[in-house]
Amino acid sequence: MEAYLDNSATTRCYEEVKDIVVKTMLEDYGNPSAMHLKGVEAENYVKQAAKEIAKTLKVQEKEIFFTSGGTESDNWAVIGTALANSRQGKHIITTPFEHAAVSAPLAWLEKQGYEITEIPVDEKGNLLLERLAETIREDTILVSTMYVNNEMGAVVPAEEIGRIIHEKNPKTLYHVDAVQGYGKYRIYPKKMGIDLLAVSGHKIHGPKGAGFLYINEKAKIQPLLLGGGQQKGMRSGTDNVPGIAGLGVAAKKIYENLEADTARMRELKTYLAAELEKMEQVEINGPEPEKGAPHILNVSFLGVRSEVLLHTLEDRQIYVSAGSACSSHKRAGSASLGALRLSPERKESAIRFSLCEFTTREELAYTLEVLREVLPMLRRYARR
Amino acid sequence: MYKAFLIKYAEIAIKGKNRYIFEDALVEQIKYQLKDVEGKFRIVKEMGRIFVYAESAFDYEETIEALKRVFGIFSICPAVVLEDEGFEKLSEEVAAYVKKLYGDQELTFKVNTRRNKKTYPMQSMEVSSALGGIILDACPNMKVDVHKPDVFVNVEIRSKIYLYSENIPGPGGMPLGTNGSAMLLLSGGIDSPVAGYMIAKRGVKIDAVYFHAPPYTSERAKQKVVDLAKLVARYSGPIRLHVVNFTDIQLYIYDKCPHEELTIIMRRYMMKIAEEFAKKDGCLGLITGESIGQVASQTIHSLAATNEVCTMPVFRPVIGFDKQEIVDVALKINTYETSILPYEDCCTIFVAKHPVTKPNLQVIKRSEEKLQEKIDEMMKEAVETAETIICE
Repeated sequence: MEAYLDNSATTRCYEEVKDIVVKTMLEDYGNPSAMHLKGVEAENYVKQAAKEIAKTLKVQEKEIFFTSGGTESDNWAVIGTALANSRQGKHIITTPFEHAAVSAPLAWLEKQGYEITEIPVDEKGNLLLERLAETIREDTILVSTMYVNNEMGAVVPAEEIGRIIHEKNPKTLYHVDAVQGYGKYRIYPKKMGIDLLAVSGHKIHGPKGAGFLYINEKAKIQPLLLGGGQQKGMRSGTDNVPGIAGLGVAAKKIYENLEADTARMRELKTYLAAELEKMEQVEINGPEPEKGAPHILNVSFLGVRSEVLLHTLEDRQIYVSAGSACSSHKRAGSASLGALRLSPERKESAIRFSLCEFTTREELAYTLEVLREVLPMLRRYARR
Repeated sequence: MYKAFLIKYAEIAIKGKNRYIFEDALVEQIKYQLKDVEGKFRIVKEMGRIFVYAESAFDYEETIEALKRVFGIFSICPAVVLEDEGFEKLSEEVAAYVKKLYGDQELTFKVNTRRNKKTYPMQSMEVSSALGGIILDACPNMKVDVHKPDVFVNVEIRSKIYLYSENIPGPGGMPLGTNGSAMLLLSGGIDSPVAGYMIAKRGVKIDAVYFHAPPYTSERAKQKVVDLAKLVARYSGPIRLHVVNFTDIQLYIYDKCPHEELTIIMRRYMMKIAEEFAKKDGCLGLITGESIGQVASQTIHSLAATNEVCTMPVFRPVIGFDKQEIVDVALKINTYETSILPYEDCCTIFVAKHPVTKPNLQVIKRSEEKLQEKIDEMMKEAVETAETIICE
């Protein structure tokens, strides 16, 4: 049996996504910028995708800009707004547990003379919002937070943050990295005070290499990719029609039965957490399973290094990640676990299980069975 | 400009009656390295030298890079090939060539002429002195020095005329396959690929063994070792890499023996297993990347304790090198970047905080007695279940 429990790293494509990707590669393969019929056909796929996505967010089609994925969307949101609004100020607020796609461009901006402030968090990963209002200043141009933390599954109260920001300084823009939140929650930027929203296709059963950035039509942002002037000059480069079309289909489909799908995911996650808590030397990290995102569960198996457990499970066709899959190229411990002041032992033994709508109870039961079998053996051979 | 390469070799020239074996091996290796280079080449042994002729358009840089990987080559001389169209034409070509190569540099030079085509109307000495004068006219900053010149300008007159002066250093060493084969203990580190390279450079064909310890070492760690073997194989030719699953043996030692002796006992079994593969593959020695004192298992006491299990000679080419000296070679052969990828290898996963640095052989042997029940069977299984990957 195979159990793929690494859906926060990437997901399997929907069949319908595959179909439209193939169709736009083999049949309707025109360049949307071309003047002839083939171009018009291709352009219609892009328009259709923008329409479907806009519908899920209740925003205008023209506010959706396609990118190469989460990292580009986040980079663009952060750097693009910083450049466009530098005359108003150079102060940016963020959290200590952002994905590197946000924290790395922020670190770069800091070197260029911008000032970055972090909102503090408690040990459960909750932002101390009462401290947010006092950090927003006249020259604060941007606040950037996640929607769902990719490692712990903590959910950020975006609507409340949006309200606090705009009450304190109506000119401050609010960017949300919704890579882990889109497709799990109904997110309405207009209602929630979100000005920019980054989404990646392959986390929602769409293709890799495709994503989008929602940009409030009133927000000032500088394009980062200059060239042929595609997407109203905001993001040059030939449209990735297969990726965009696939992304559109995935966005539509993931929201079709959202409440039922996420309820089932949460039920499975709660079951997994409850069974794990029955075991010895197991600690659940981050928010309580009933809270938190419906699909992410971060657990420490004390006395077993994450990497060793990961490879043991891999041998039984169970795929999980250690901390965060995006961090596997770095030796340093995970930034967000660090931010939560966990003990080194808990950090070293943290495993992330991430579910999707295809996850079954059988997969989880199998995973639990394997864990019960291998953990005693792995604990016996510890480094001493 | 260049159409041919004269290959100079150093040590082969002193090999007496076996010389042809070394030359043939060198020709084979040149062919092997040039097979993926853009262009068609003909390689010819003639008059105690090897010539590589380009028979089509070719990529000069790629060709030089490939030749620089052929062990046994002392230097590579790119040559201009001219038709014999009279001495006047030759003079023009020589003047243009030397000017292009050395420009206005202040250098001393000497013209060397070899006249194999005895029907050529001038004698070698006459050609040399006449061309010397022409070079002096063309390059006013150059001077003649017939005893210790900075550069030689060589002219060979055969059915065509060959003109060469540049000397590009090769890797030296001996042609591969002229010195039997040996088994390299390859880890993911910096030292062992360098050790393999250095022994291969002496003409030894190498095979390798890697100890994999899943789930403690990852699939990526194994891939890294395969990648390293491929990098070394760019010089050494295809390497048969044996991947041994070492986990069970390691855990067995962990269970039965004192923890601080784990590494040394483990290494003794690694040597034994490597020797099994060496025998199977017809190798006559083992190669390790050990360097005295680098880590606890490489103190001279530990080396002696590890060495004691081997019946074959163990070659340790970097034994006297400092880390930086090893790194320098790793950078040169392009293995460094891969070696420093951060995947754990099987030697470090259970390493004790304070491993023994002066193991007492009697004590170690007494500890190993506790393994008697199962170890032979486990070693046999490790050898039989190993996966063999051809890395080229």
